[in-house]
Amino acid sequence: MKEVKLITALREEDIRDLRIGDVVYISGIICTSRDMGHLKMIDVTEKSEKLPIDFQGGAIFHAGPVVKKQGDRYEVVVIGPTTSIRMEPYSDFIGGLGVKAIIGKGGMEEGTSEALKKYGMVYLQAPPGCAVVLGEKIKRVKDVFWMELGVPEALWVLEVENFGPLVVGMDSEGNSIYRDIKIKGKKLIEKMF
Amino acid sequence: MREVNAKQIKEKVKELFLDANYCIGEDVLNSIKEASLKETSETGKNVLSMILQNYKVAAEEKIAICQDTGLAILFIKLGQEVHVNGNWEEAINEGVKEAYVEGYLRKSAVTDPVFDRKNTKTNCPAIIYTDIVPGDKIEFLVTPKGFGSENMSRLAMMKPADGPEGIVNFIVETVKIAGPNPCPPTIVGVCVGGTTDQASVTAKKATLRKVGEHNLDPRYADMEKQALEKINNLGIGPAGLGGNTTSLWVNIDYKPTHIAGMPVAVNICCHAARHASGII
Repeated sequence: MKEVKLITALREEDIRDLRIGDVVYISGIICTSRDMGHLKMIDVTEKSEKLPIDFQGGAIFHAGPVVKKQGDRYEVVVIGPTTSIRMEPYSDFIGGLGVKAIIGKGGMEEGTSEALKKYGMVYLQAPPGCAVVLGEKIKRVKDVFWMELGVPEALWVLEVENFGPLVVGMDSEGNSIYRDIKIKGKKLIEKMF
Repeated sequence: MREVNAKQIKEKVKELFLDANYCIGEDVLNSIKEASLKETSETGKNVLSMILQNYKVAAEEKIAICQDTGLAILFIKLGQEVHVNGNWEEAINEGVKEAYVEGYLRKSAVTDPVFDRKNTKTNCPAIIYTDIVPGDKIEFLVTPKGFGSENMSRLAMMKPADGPEGIVNFIVETVKIAGPNPCPPTIVGVCVGGTTDQASVTAKKATLRKVGEHNLDPRYADMEKQALEKINNLGIGPAGLGGNTTSLWVNIDYKPTHIAGMPVAVNICCHAARHASGII
């Protein structure tokens, strides 16, 4: 298990080098997206319209922040991961956009595992329910789009410094901490019934 | 009759939701401290220490512990000698609104669940359960309930013959299915008996019982101990990254039920088990 500091735009070779259990800190730009945000991205792409940001080498954080408006600028008060499995259907789509890291909680399933292998992506587990300490790593709100979806669902583009600790939960070789734990638990449950 | 103004109710509700969202209870705090000493996984230990650090900064700086500040739920005991001057439900909702808007708590409520999903921008409507009791006081127990854990809750209409073993297995199976999603280490609230509706509400309320306190009936206390031990053998661990701290506590409550049934509701609460209580 290694500790790695990455800077965006993320490079595929750095991502392919990560293995489950490694700890990652990201500096640069990350953006948030959850249920409605992903549907909006797909909708925009299907209409052949331009997405508001370039996702090449990007990191998508499954999160809905709490923000404060200071004059005409936004500030993040707290931010933390939401349950990633809800975004399972969109992993291949976001891989196709060039996203290199998915940040969230709870891990994802086999469709995502395939997408991670195919595109050279990684799934990073953020500490859940640690919204204050994670919020401190957000340096600035660079931009926000799709506010009509509501504050939690909008596309927040955030400048971060040493954002982490993020644990590699699923890597581009097809390994998954979540799958391993699930199999172990299943065996125990089978013994009980 | 004791007169209570709607404004007093609004202020109390606001105060309690702010307190609940900023400050974790001593019972949860101590339980996580203890767990971090016993946790076998290195990653698990790191997650627990980050959780503790987060509680500390949140309470000191009066910031929300978690970005998911939940739907606003209130369990209220309304003394029958109290007369409320003003609109009861409006006062409660105003208190919720002020807490969430002024306290920088995330507004997560949407109107229509299927078609519009439009954010109400106030975190209202609150979910209010009121019991009328003797006396002239109003007792509030409020909890902001996040949906990472709420989504992992389950209900089973079990057979009376399934007995304590069947119940324990259902609880453990629920935690297993929930896996990493409800932000472990969790607190598991259970109700056995009643009807589907009563069991669900009682299970939610059971998540609010103090960590470290067992059911007074030793038979139920025994089920709580068995369930907790089996849960912590599942290996899910803090944040679901592996380890032996998957749940901090299991609280089982029970209600009288029908001769033909044995409903079991399991409500999971994340480690940020936020609640506050107060009296007017």
